[in-house]
Amino acid sequence: MDTAKCETCPVHNKANLIKLGINMNNVDFVVALAGNPNTGKSTVFNALTGLKQHTGNWPGKTVTRAEGAFIYNKQKFKLVDLPGTYSLLSTSTDEEVARDFILFGQPDVTLIVVDATRLERNLNLVLQVLEITDRAVVCLNLIDEAKRHNIIVDDRTLSKELGVPVVPTAARNGTGIPELLKYTSEVANGTYICKPHRITSGSKAVKKAVDKLTQQVLEKFPGLPNARWVALRLLEGDQRVIDAVKSGELRNLNKRSELTESLLVQN
Amino acid sequence: MNDNSMNENILAAANNLRWEIGENFHDSLMESIYHDAAKIAQASVLKDHQKPEFNWDRTLDKIVTSRVWGIPLMFILLALVFWITIEGSNIPSSMLASFLIDDIHPLLKNFAASLSLPGWLNGVLIDGAYLALAWVVSVMLPPMAIFFPMFTLLEDFGYLPRVAFNMDNLFRKAGAHGKQALTMSMGFGCNAAGVISTRVIDSPRERLIAIITNNFSLCNGRWPTQILIAAIFIGGAVPAHIAGIVSAAAVVSIAVLGIVLSLVVSWTLSKTILKGEASAFSLELPPYRPPRILQTLYTSLIDRTIFVLWRAVVFAVPAGVIIWLVSNIEINGISLAVHFIDWANPFGLLIGLNGVILLAYIIAIPANEIVIPTILMLTVLAGNIAGAGSGSGVMFEAESAEATAELLYAGGWTVLTGVCLMLFSLVHNPCSTTIYTIYKETGSVKWTTFSAIMPVLLGFAICFVTAQLWRIFF
Repeated sequence: MDTAKCETCPVHNKANLIKLGINMNNVDFVVALAGNPNTGKSTVFNALTGLKQHTGNWPGKTVTRAEGAFIYNKQKFKLVDLPGTYSLLSTSTDEEVARDFILFGQPDVTLIVVDATRLERNLNLVLQVLEITDRAVVCLNLIDEAKRHNIIVDDRTLSKELGVPVVPTAARNGTGIPELLKYTSEVANGTYICKPHRITSGSKAVKKAVDKLTQQVLEKFPGLPNARWVALRLLEGDQRVIDAVKSGELRNLNKRSELTESLLVQN
Repeated sequence: MNDNSMNENILAAANNLRWEIGENFHDSLMESIYHDAAKIAQASVLKDHQKPEFNWDRTLDKIVTSRVWGIPLMFILLALVFWITIEGSNIPSSMLASFLIDDIHPLLKNFAASLSLPGWLNGVLIDGAYLALAWVVSVMLPPMAIFFPMFTLLEDFGYLPRVAFNMDNLFRKAGAHGKQALTMSMGFGCNAAGVISTRVIDSPRERLIAIITNNFSLCNGRWPTQILIAAIFIGGAVPAHIAGIVSAAAVVSIAVLGIVLSLVVSWTLSKTILKGEASAFSLELPPYRPPRILQTLYTSLIDRTIFVLWRAVVFAVPAGVIIWLVSNIEINGISLAVHFIDWANPFGLLIGLNGVILLAYIIAIPANEIVIPTILMLTVLAGNIAGAGSGSGVMFEAESAEATAELLYAGGWTVLTGVCLMLFSLVHNPCSTTIYTIYKETGSVKWTTFSAIMPVLLGFAICFVTAQLWRIFF
């Protein structure tokens, strides 16, 4: 029996998933779990870390940020479960926590958990996240519910349109978790390069303004992966981003460790 | 060009450009996002329109959130849950009690005697600590093991946001945030968890109101107290075949009273010391999802029941020790406990309770679960009930509600005492865990103190009024 092929099969590798609970020292990668409220983020979290976050079918169930870890393919991942948000542009504390973590915490991969029965509404957040980071995986959760309602989501097309991997899952019973792990690992390790969909913004005047500002931001903070998003926020007058520019915090966005640690401690 | 001026340049450029692109930038950005989302969704989602589906969710919601049926349905559901809990825990409770107290207690006593342990050590460990533990397990475990899984099933099913939807209007009129219905529901599980869940409320003023009034949600630790007292005093006063339903109705009424108090106190707070406007919010009603029954039973059993049990154990053991000490350390030939009970009795009777209850509540500040066992032990002690061990006086036999009833009646209790105990259990200071959580969430000593003291004073007032009215009419 030829076992060479086994190495690359996600089911084989699922056996390599070692759930670590809250043992989070010396991690190789940090993974953020984002998504609309009530999409199954905590269920995915439990499935990967072996912890028992309280889950419940109502929005607002998770109000604290939970953290856990797991080992996959001999690499150690820290998983951070963020509160659910409908968008990253509003002003409630929940949304700020999530937004700040994705932007300043610089996770290696952002797992966006999406409700397959409400794709269009969920895509709002997905598109916003893809503006901030280009290392993301979409976890298309609740496909068992979708099936119950006769909704079929073509994950291949979705993946092509979004430019990131899309993994159908039913986290409640473990379906799709092996594939989720595989793609998360590939994106974190750089084996899978995402080409995230970028929002086509309106009129010509707006485009010109955004491009101009983006260039300035890039001059000032070379190598910033989401300069265009920063430019958009500055144009909108987002105070947090303005402060980050003033303090030069954005410069540090390539040095992950200190910022993540300080953010994690603070919250 | 140094750092700072480069920063300023960018910000200045941003300001200028902002003027150029006009006011509706944010709106047009959002529109672009919606547009792209719609396009992508359309390309990827295929709905199977073969047959017009009977839409379960909508139909169910029409009933559950209807103006006429919504709230009565909530009460019926609540009553059903309690009735199942009360009826279902009778037999397991008496089985556990007879095992732990009738069988094991004498064994432990013999074992201690064979080791020739000094009398006081024997007393503290076996009559104090172990008995308190045994009581908590036999009385508290069965109701919790039934109640929590049911609550979790409802939660998983998706019913809770409908509760918020139905109650939203009421909360708004009380000057509170609609999401308070959700935090209040969380509080029915554990007040500390309810306080933490108020993080979903953005406005600090409304959040504070939600935190302060969360105590009026009858938490898990208090359910067994309510159920037991209702079964004894209320169910005991009516014919046996409707006793179960009547007790359940009594407990539901107390819970509803708690909700009403929440609203009234919220209203008072928002008109006096926490003035302000109600804020708007949107709530998503999630689809009904079939709960995973076996999984839910398992996790809720482990999570909630055992956790609360552990907490009861951790607090029961020290409390049992304290009870034994307080009952056996004597000044002038009378134990400390009896001193306090006699001293507090006049005040207690005034408000429809008695000295034993007051002492029990002081000992039980750490956790509500241990109130009843403390009361029973102190009643046995202070009343010198026949058949309760000599001298050390914390032994008792309470295999069933009837036996407990006899014990309490012998201790001078009346139906009024039972009713006032139920009221006071609803309206008294939060447990120490909750007080600590309130402090951590608000960061304010002033508000934490207020949250702790206000309910006690309110409780005294309510009991006082009830006692006077009762005495006038009965």
